[in-house]
Amino acid sequence: METNTNIPQNENTQTSQKIKMECKNVDLFYDKFQALKNVNIEITENRIMSFIGPSGCGKSTLLRSLNRMNDLVEGCTITGEIHLDGQNIYSPQTDVNNLRKRVGMVFQKPNPFPMSVFDNVAYGPRTHGVHNRSELNNIVEKSLRNAAIWDELKDRLHKNALGLSGGQQQRLCIARALAVEPDVLLMDEATSALDPLSTSKIEDLVIELKKNYTICMVTHNMQQALRISDDTAFFLLGEIIEIGKTKELFTTPKDKRTENYITGRFG
Amino acid sequence: MRVHFTQQLDELNKLLIEMGALTEEAIDNAIKALNDHDVDLAKKTIKGDGQINHYSRVIESKCLDLVLQQQPVASDFRFISSALKMVYDIERIGDMAADISEIVVYISKKKYTVSNQIKQMAAETKKMVHDSIDAYVNKDVEAARAVIAYDDIVDDLLLDIKKELTKEIKKETEGVSQVLDKLMIAKYFERIGDHAVNIGEWVEYAVTGIYKGDY
Repeated sequence: METNTNIPQNENTQTSQKIKMECKNVDLFYDKFQALKNVNIEITENRIMSFIGPSGCGKSTLLRSLNRMNDLVEGCTITGEIHLDGQNIYSPQTDVNNLRKRVGMVFQKPNPFPMSVFDNVAYGPRTHGVHNRSELNNIVEKSLRNAAIWDELKDRLHKNALGLSGGQQQRLCIARALAVEPDVLLMDEATSALDPLSTSKIEDLVIELKKNYTICMVTHNMQQALRISDDTAFFLLGEIIEIGKTKELFTTPKDKRTENYITGRFG
Repeated sequence: MRVHFTQQLDELNKLLIEMGALTEEAIDNAIKALNDHDVDLAKKTIKGDGQINHYSRVIESKCLDLVLQQQPVASDFRFISSALKMVYDIERIGDMAADISEIVVYISKKKYTVSNQIKQMAAETKKMVHDSIDAYVNKDVEAARAVIAYDDIVDDLLLDIKKELTKEIKKETEGVSQVLDKLMIAKYFERIGDHAVNIGEWVEYAVTGIYKGDY
């Protein structure tokens, strides 16, 4: 029988299977409090991974461990290994500045620097030694375009970034993170302070960005995790309870605790 | 705990059970009307289909409201989406009980007999419908699978009935028109069985997340 190749198939095919980041037996303590317990996770290249779970479950802690932001927290100790492209980011040889260039971060509250739009985006490249004006112009334009905000800001490049709306500020922060050409983008509740339209713009942007970046995000909005992420990990009390393809986790969770959390029966 | 949402789910369940009970009653009445040549009961069954249709619209609307308002996931999502699909099958079963009753009204103008095979088919399909709705109410995947497996018995019965009716045509013991009416009745019962199977498959999906062995 002739088969019609135009019939849509179930989405099971995955183009890239390369593991971009991997956590192996990660334990993390804030002094005596254990915030992460034996976390093992693989984050696949060019996919969006969501971390979900109730407040205090360790999802933001793990996110911050992926570019060693927790190094800045006093009393924080971490054991186990976190790999980026197969290299342990916690090894003594790791250049933390270079790591944070490769693994960028966008926070819950937009945090533009109190300077012009242009200088915000150019800040990272300048820190990494780029001072040529035309090169900086190109980077700023490219980053703002990639963050889907160039058209809105191209005539306001030298205005103070603090005058932008919340949604624009957040996209500017994404542009700032993209300006240093990271491999991985970490987003910690990056839309929770934004209105629905700005949220929708960022979600569209994130889906677009995964073509070139690996994205890992923490969200309390489960519908958002469902809408945009490919994979989801559910955290509870510092442990990963369940991890899998987002659609499967939200339709047929394997663990009762996941089911109870996502259906709103606890947490 | 989402108290309001749980109440809405209970309400949806209650409506499905009521609709299922009405449909079972419609099949029962269609069978009784057929066996007893009871035109009044047949007409009552035809009229009663409107109520089943009304339930179908109310349940569809409740399901869509739940999807819109509660954005269900996991087992909640599976049960609501299954209810949305099942309600179509239950509504069609009601239609077929009415269709059989319409034939009863028509053929009662003449003398007719109902073969034991048709009586058996009627009883088997009624059981399938009853068991499929029970399986949904009790979230009983084994009962749902039993309904799905039972379909072969009903399909075989239809084949037997076809053979018998072909013989009758050849023997000219009954008019062709009456034979065709009986074949239609048997086919309606067979379709009722198919819809009960569909319900069983949706129950299996609601409970396990697996639909017809898919992903």
